[in-house]
Amino acid sequence: MHRKHQDVVFALVGIVALMVAVLTFLTLFVNMAVDGLPRLDWHFFTSFPSRRATQAGILSAWVGSTLVMLVTAFFAVPLGVASGIYLEEYARKSWVTDLIEINITNLAGVPSIVYGLLALGLFVYQFGLGQSILSAGLTLALLILPVVIVATREAIRSIPQVIREGSYALGATRWQTVRYHILPYSSAGILTGIIIGMARAIGETAPIITIGALTFIAFLPPAPLKAEPPFVSFDWLMSPFTVMPIQMFNWTSRPEAAFQDNAAAAGFVLVFMTLAMNGLAIWLRYRLRRNIKW
Amino acid sequence: MMEQLLATKAEARSLSFYYGDFQALKGISMPVHERQVTALIGPSGCGKSTFLRCFNRMHDLYPGNRYDGQIILQPDNTDLLARSIDPIDVRMRIGMVFQKPNPFPKTVFENVAYGLRVRGERSRRAVEEKVEQALHDAALWDEVKERLHQPAYNLSGGQQQRLCIARALATDPELLLFDEPTSALDPIATASIEELMHDLKKRVTILIVTHNMQQAARVSDFTAYMYLGELVEFGVTDELFIKPQKKQTEDYITGRFG
Repeated sequence: MHRKHQDVVFALVGIVALMVAVLTFLTLFVNMAVDGLPRLDWHFFTSFPSRRATQAGILSAWVGSTLVMLVTAFFAVPLGVASGIYLEEYARKSWVTDLIEINITNLAGVPSIVYGLLALGLFVYQFGLGQSILSAGLTLALLILPVVIVATREAIRSIPQVIREGSYALGATRWQTVRYHILPYSSAGILTGIIIGMARAIGETAPIITIGALTFIAFLPPAPLKAEPPFVSFDWLMSPFTVMPIQMFNWTSRPEAAFQDNAAAAGFVLVFMTLAMNGLAIWLRYRLRRNIKW
Repeated sequence: MMEQLLATKAEARSLSFYYGDFQALKGISMPVHERQVTALIGPSGCGKSTFLRCFNRMHDLYPGNRYDGQIILQPDNTDLLARSIDPIDVRMRIGMVFQKPNPFPKTVFENVAYGLRVRGERSRRAVEEKVEQALHDAALWDEVKERLHQPAYNLSGGQQQRLCIARALATDPELLLFDEPTSALDPIATASIEELMHDLKKRVTILIVTHNMQQAARVSDFTAYMYLGELVEFGVTDELFIKPQKKQTEDYITGRFG
């Protein structure tokens, strides 16, 4: 009987441990929702920040976050996926690839402020990109690159070797094997990794503050589309900006209670965006894996 | 006698093979006769699969492997193992069927069409014709013609293996390698694959690894018995099974060890 008691005891300990984690998150989230939900209306999404708390909104913040994410994805996805493919399918195993592997894993654990400092020196000053959307996007791209690389490699590694051999046995080149098999079969895992990386990036505050995002912005970046030729414009890349977490940070540092409610409302939106991205990742994985079995 | 009358499709000449420092094949010399089935038998670890995988340079996919000696492919007298020969060109001429059916997670049609796509075949009609022909040749057409565009993994194990055979046949290989093709199949599926091999040898040379001596006796014209990386005996199947020249071979085929 004693052995069975141990089982019950551990099950209880496990449930309590789990509850601590879940309830803490739930309390924070509900608390934020109670404070913030009354502030969430159309006006909140379409207004710039203001000195009057009830007039203030998150327009510049969510537009900034969206644009920075676009730049982040534009750089992190091709670089990360290509690196992952190279390391798994092309590189011969040697001490150099081992070293690179260890470094990538370690890079994922480097505090994000360190990336901010690096970006401040390199992108902002050395490359002269300034305190712009481009600088921020590049910084976050660096930050999530290890996540994308590791996710790509793990997705590729889960493809059985007999599939590769089947392809090579028919006379396929490495690139044909990657193009027709490796990429399609690993796309679910890779996409999941990308989205989880992006969900992390969208909440990052420290590196963005370090490179000098503004905390009070009452204008939008130049529009990417124009009426006159050449119709597209990339001026927005060099525009000053703010992002959601910085807008929150700014509001929480104000003394008036009304701004605290704004911060809670913005926090609610941010958490919702992150959860939506994670939900999308789960759905995509389910959709894409449905047709793949070994 | 029979040997001298037959053309040689491929011939191993003092072939040795090394996984790093480990020598897996020790100076093997033997012919593979054209439009005949040649079986490789021997106990586990004797190197028969290693030997088979030399023919399409599969070992080149992994680091640390080394060949020594030659495999000459006729009619052009090409040494498949020569440094100047690209393994991809070798695999363009030599097909392979694996131990476990390994269809790609694509449709039945795309599985068979893959070899043609790899070779840059653009004409839709040419691809469709060759796919149908290959499925006929693999005795699978009647079973799958209604579901060409359904996922290949919906097929049974035996059908999947015949699909893999069709996939290899679609590109008209000169030599077809079978690596224990029925070890994952039930007896009925096994029988259909064996029957298929019998039909196929009219147009393609077959080299098959099998751990099943009865299978070797049933399907092959020639048999090679290997042990610990060496070729012990090679000969006409009927003679080798009835009157082996070496004591070692006799012990193995009579089941005294294995």
